[in-house]
Amino acid sequence: MSVTDTPPATASTDADPFSPEVLEDPLPTQARLRDAGPVVYLERYGVHALARYEHVHTALTDWQTFQSAAGVGLANFRHEKPWRPPSLLLEADPPLHDAPRTVLSRILGPRALRRLREAWVEDARELVDRVVGRTEFDAVAELSQAFPLRVFPDAVGLEKEGRDNLLPYGDHAFNAFGPPNELVARGAAHIGRLSAWVDGQCARERLAPGGFGAAIWEAADRGDITEEQAPLIVRSLLTAGVDTTVHALGAVLYAFATHPGQWRRLRRDPRLARVAFDEAVRWESPVQTFFRTATGDVGIGGATIPDGGKILMFLGAANRDPRRWEDPDAFDLSRDPSAHVGFGMGIHQCVGQHVARLEAESLLTALAERVEHIELAGEPRRHLNNTLRAWSSMPVRITPA
Amino acid sequence: MAMRTAAAPPANTAAGTATAMSLRVVGRTEVADGVVALTLARPDGGRLPDWTPGAHVDLVLPSGLTRQYSLCGDRWDARTYRVAVLREADGRGGSSYIHDHLREGDPVGLGGPRNNFPLAPAQEYHFVAGGIGITPLLPMIVQVDMLGVPWRLLYGGRTRASMAFLDELSKAHGDRVLAVPEDEHGRPDLERWLPEPSPGAKVYSCGPAGLLDAVRRVCADWPDGRVRTERFVAAETAGEGGRPFEVELRRSGTTLAVGTEQNLLQVLGEAGVHVLSSCRQGLCGTCETAVLDGVPDHRDSILDEADRAAGDCMFVCVSRARSQRLVLDL
Repeated sequence: MSVTDTPPATASTDADPFSPEVLEDPLPTQARLRDAGPVVYLERYGVHALARYEHVHTALTDWQTFQSAAGVGLANFRHEKPWRPPSLLLEADPPLHDAPRTVLSRILGPRALRRLREAWVEDARELVDRVVGRTEFDAVAELSQAFPLRVFPDAVGLEKEGRDNLLPYGDHAFNAFGPPNELVARGAAHIGRLSAWVDGQCARERLAPGGFGAAIWEAADRGDITEEQAPLIVRSLLTAGVDTTVHALGAVLYAFATHPGQWRRLRRDPRLARVAFDEAVRWESPVQTFFRTATGDVGIGGATIPDGGKILMFLGAANRDPRRWEDPDAFDLSRDPSAHVGFGMGIHQCVGQHVARLEAESLLTALAERVEHIELAGEPRRHLNNTLRAWSSMPVRITPA
Repeated sequence: MAMRTAAAPPANTAAGTATAMSLRVVGRTEVADGVVALTLARPDGGRLPDWTPGAHVDLVLPSGLTRQYSLCGDRWDARTYRVAVLREADGRGGSSYIHDHLREGDPVGLGGPRNNFPLAPAQEYHFVAGGIGITPLLPMIVQVDMLGVPWRLLYGGRTRASMAFLDELSKAHGDRVLAVPEDEHGRPDLERWLPEPSPGAKVYSCGPAGLLDAVRRVCADWPDGRVRTERFVAAETAGEGGRPFEVELRRSGTTLAVGTEQNLLQVLGEAGVHVLSSCRQGLCGTCETAVLDGVPDHRDSILDEADRAAGDCMFVCVSRARSQRLVLDL
């Protein structure tokens, strides 16, 4: 990477953070971006990048200056057409963002989720019972995908048929935040069929009573949101609620499979499950990046980002910034990972974070009860995505307790 | 366009340290007879917790009283809040304290913001304000106007001079605003002013109980959820906030002291009891902790009235205690 001093105090680089090589192992590039300066210009894409915790945190929380409605991917909706109607949550600013966010935060809030806890813990126990009978298996397929796909679609109230569309749909949506590279082209080939299924599932009559989806429609009946907004808010659940959780669970399973001491610690004190999950979200940052757009000429970190300029925030780099975290590369349950930016921060912070935490807590608690030791049984393989840090397979060997 | 500087958060926030939400009065203006507007900011000038129109905050006054006021400032300015306080002759000391004693530079504790009166989408809005009930409607009007959605306002008050923000509303919006000072025109004729229910229309009203009852009566035929009201009352909460307290951690078998200027989450962390948190502003809900005994002083933006009254859980990043002792499941 060549880092040159071009416009006043702004570093510049021709590195491509979305190349297959960097997606495979983003850490060295992220370290160089952090060290190059608070703001680094990415020549290839004509955008400014933030990789230090302090500046990523600022851009995430200051929605007045760093807007989302012009898209949270590379595409600038001020002059580019989005690939689908924009999200009413992720790709919206106040005031339009308010009502959908208010409705969804209530439906997915910790108090609303209490009724799911017992059932999810039971589901996790059943799933774990099934895998402990086999000493070697793929933790991605059998745990990190199986568990969310077992509990989440039911919680939303989706039909049984076609749930296998959820992962590839989400995968494409997260690829589409990046540049139009090979990953996007591959997903685009199937996206018509996937979108048709997802959009169909968002209709009132397709959603089972009692689920998150039905609750969104009830909010429309009360007039809290409009009937036009309801299906798009359901779509947000289906887009952002599956892949992200799958990869976050993959991250925590990988962390434990490679840190046996930490696993022993969790077994001694299973109440650490919540901290363990957030520490894994910090450490791996399943959502690596998001963009914002400058709402005026913005001064940050000594640089000026012009009005309408795209800003790439490296959440993953911020979560491993040694300026903020002691020994950032260590996965360590004695750390307090609070205030990591793996779920974002501010008004757009992941509205499903409590759902993800409850899924993780259920699964980790069940595993800690039944599994004495977990280790890699082969080389895990990365799944490449422009936005997500993910595993496609992770062979593990376990010793039942 | 003017250059804006996105200032980095102060070092302690950047480092993720919890900030005790103590604000300062940075501005104080008489905006109408018996109404004073306060501008509040953090002592370090940093960002305040985000809010939406209709939201209110708890202000913990130096006298120990806690009072709730609607936010009526500009949410695009993240560094100040504005509230407007009516001197209530029969009030319980909160409004008279603010009118008679609170000065620029004085500290006030913050709870919330919390929103029980959020603005939902509509194709047209009919706003009805009574007296100081104009305050939550002000930021709603700004936003609705920004979105280009048709709206109108009926604003009643005792006298023209007692009606806060009337001049600026009339100047900016002309005919959309109908002012009805009682000494000139008597009580507003709601029957005539409020339309028949139509799909997509919503009524938002805030003011004294009599006005809201009248709005409800006139709008009896409107479908559920289309007429939204907020009663303007100075809610009385038991005990006093902003005081030192003891916190017993039942599972750890420890008792800790939390001073007036200290933050509970921070005290817990320093004692080696790490409670997972995220926003540290009482917004995200990550640090929910079960309360086994004692009365929490809820400062979060999450719990509704019933949850707050239940008192069985709290968000330790911002909340404190109203009782001298609090017992937590930690």
